[in-house]
Amino acid sequence: MFNTLQDLMLHNKSITYVLMGVVLVCFIGFWRFLTGREERNRRY
Amino acid sequence: MKRRHFLGLMGAAGVSLTTGVTAKAASSADVAGLPNAGGVLFDASRCIGCRKCEAACNQVNELPKPAKPFDDLTVMDTARRTDAKSYTVVNKYVPKPGENPVFRKIQCNHCMEPACASACFVKAFKKSETGAVVYDASVCVGCRYCMVACPFNIPAYEYDKAFTPRVMKCTLCQPRLLEGKLPGCVEACPKEALQFGKRRELINIAWDRVSGNPDKYVQHVYGEHEMGGTSWLYIAPKPSFAALGMDEGLGTTSAPELTSGALAAVPAVAGIWPVLLTGIYAITKRKDKIAEEEKKAAVEAAIAKASADAEAKLAEELEKAEVAGKRRIEVEVKKALEAAAKEQEGGEDA
Amino acid sequence: MSTEHTKNGSLFTPFNIVAGIILAAGLVVTVMRFTMGLGSVTNLSDNNPWGIWIGFDLLCGVALAAGGYTTSAACYIFGFKRFHAAVRPAILTAFLGYALVVFALNYDVGRPWRLPYPIFYQQGTTSILFEVGLCVFIYLTVLFLEYLPAAFEWKGGFDKYRSILVKLTMVLTIFGVILSTLHQSSLGALYLIVPSKLHPLWYTPYLPVMFFMSSMFAGLSMVVFEGTLSHKYFHHKMDEDYNANYLDLQFAFAKGAAWIMAGYLAMKLLGLSMDNRWHYLFTGYGAWWLLEVVGFVVLPCYCYAVGYRDRNIGLVRLAAPWTVIGIMLNRFDVSLIAFNWQLPSAERYFPSLGEIIISLFVVTIGVLVFKFIVTRMPIFYAHPAYKDSSH
Repeated sequence: MFNTLQDLMLHNKSITYVLMGVVLVCFIGFWRFLTGREERNRRY
Repeated sequence: MKRRHFLGLMGAAGVSLTTGVTAKAASSADVAGLPNAGGVLFDASRCIGCRKCEAACNQVNELPKPAKPFDDLTVMDTARRTDAKSYTVVNKYVPKPGENPVFRKIQCNHCMEPACASACFVKAFKKSETGAVVYDASVCVGCRYCMVACPFNIPAYEYDKAFTPRVMKCTLCQPRLLEGKLPGCVEACPKEALQFGKRRELINIAWDRVSGNPDKYVQHVYGEHEMGGTSWLYIAPKPSFAALGMDEGLGTTSAPELTSGALAAVPAVAGIWPVLLTGIYAITKRKDKIAEEEKKAAVEAAIAKASADAEAKLAEELEKAEVAGKRRIEVEVKKALEAAAKEQEGGEDA
Repeated sequence: MSTEHTKNGSLFTPFNIVAGIILAAGLVVTVMRFTMGLGSVTNLSDNNPWGIWIGFDLLCGVALAAGGYTTSAACYIFGFKRFHAAVRPAILTAFLGYALVVFALNYDVGRPWRLPYPIFYQQGTTSILFEVGLCVFIYLTVLFLEYLPAAFEWKGGFDKYRSILVKLTMVLTIFGVILSTLHQSSLGALYLIVPSKLHPLWYTPYLPVMFFMSSMFAGLSMVVFEGTLSHKYFHHKMDEDYNANYLDLQFAFAKGAAWIMAGYLAMKLLGLSMDNRWHYLFTGYGAWWLLEVVGFVVLPCYCYAVGYRDRNIGLVRLAAPWTVIGIMLNRFDVSLIAFNWQLPSAERYFPSLGEIIISLFVVTIGVLVFKFIVTRMPIFYAHPAYKDSSH
């Protein structure tokens, strides 16, 4: 339980920034997975 | 001053609901907020559940007669809500088994910033200066988004009408207010559980009563800030408003504020998208053009190379031909010389 | 090939019988609806004013008709020119989809003859529904203009108008994308006004963004799914150009869908994080949310990705209907299942038979009109006379 909106947001946003970093790294990984065999196959 | 008491009860539930709300579209400096709007204060500790307000409402608004008469109090054994045939209902709650029941009157709360009006796409709802939120059936399409939007589940619909279905809800007796009369329910209340007045003054009366008797009342005036504030205000005996079936987690954000962010995004899309999309189109076209040019250049180079090769070959051929030609000439000359030499020899013989 | 024999054979094919029954039942319910009111055929109530005629016919209908703007944008704006044979089927599907959405709305609203009011008579501009209505109205017009060249080619004799419309292709496409962005997202924004009624796992300020993103992969998936079906039933109508790029298109759309779904998943998680809603995951609604997100976003996304990676068209064609079902599940969650979640179960909504019949009726009309048009007009093939300047 938080006393102020400021405290609540501080908590939420801190978690969210970390999650954002994780998400961005995951994007790279997924892109590499998705396009990993393109050269062997064909263009796009 | 007494509004400071407010924060205690609201808790994080209400606050957490407001966290996602984006910037307000209109500056509050431009909004006067109807300081003289009327309202009604309902004191649940005074209500005895006699249903006289229900009867008066039914009569004043010329609504159809109910199946069971208004003096039949067993109706309150089941929880009810407002419907197309009743603008107001009184429900009975028993906070703790064995204790005396507490009653709550339900009707339109006449929000200061009504969700129904914000949601209506034909402007069928309007917050009038009397405080009443009034509905105009002559433009209503019947989409029922007002019913979806209302946080208090108040508007009802005439689902059984094929040609003229209307949204039905309490009008705060707007026609009577304009005549200088009290709303029907307020006039009929025998216990002064209902009090009509200017909302601004009712808030002070409510807080005086609540803070003057802190053991009895929940230290909160429901409707002072809920959903941006409502013309109807409620005070209730302990333990809580939730015990009277009221949603304590509504938050203080008004309906227009909830949608202002999305509404603000509309012109932004109209402004940014054409630029962005045309830009992408231009880039695509440019890439195509570059690819085209590269292709053209490659073809030209190939042709040039091919012709150069051909020329070289020709020259070579020519050269070869020349050499061969020379050799042939030489051979011919040799042959001629030999023939001449023979002739000479022959001639000398003859 | 497979439907060809129906033309020669009897009228009583299984398809025609089922369609006939649905149409007949639909007509009965239609008469009841318009003579006795909404209450006579629906389970709508004062607490549940919107049922499946909004949750399915409007929300799913519009999302699944997103193939029109995604395909035309891919082809004309993002430079996937070789897919232009797929634009016409996608535009036709979208046009029919939107037309049916508007048709179905006539059943749902109380006084359908007043449907033009919000646009032409009294504009409630603060309402998100106003924005939806305006955009759908204009976009339906745009789709009609985009579809019109096919009808002109079929009838002949409208070459002048046809060439004007073809010249407008770019403008119409960009306009279509803008309008789609607006109303697809606004369908999500409709629910921003009800933080107290929609379950916190679904209520987020990102609702408009989520609806827009999901409409993109819904559109791509519908094009793949519908292409697979059309390929089966209307193969004889397709020309070389359509067939040559058909596999390429499905793979390209699989890649696009997988990538957008990854972004959508990120938004779903970040939305929870923004408002610290994690603890709701351990409730019954949390399990349902996980079913929607893992079962119908993560898994079909992975299926698309592997299908694309391995050039396995079977997986792509499996992922497409899977994603479509997932979109429908999401729209049902927002509009019906997670809506009014705090009400006691006796006051919750479940569709009536009449409502289900009308929804089926509308879908059946769509299928029949689609069939009528593609067997007559140049949709899957370029009209021989207009081949070079094909729209």
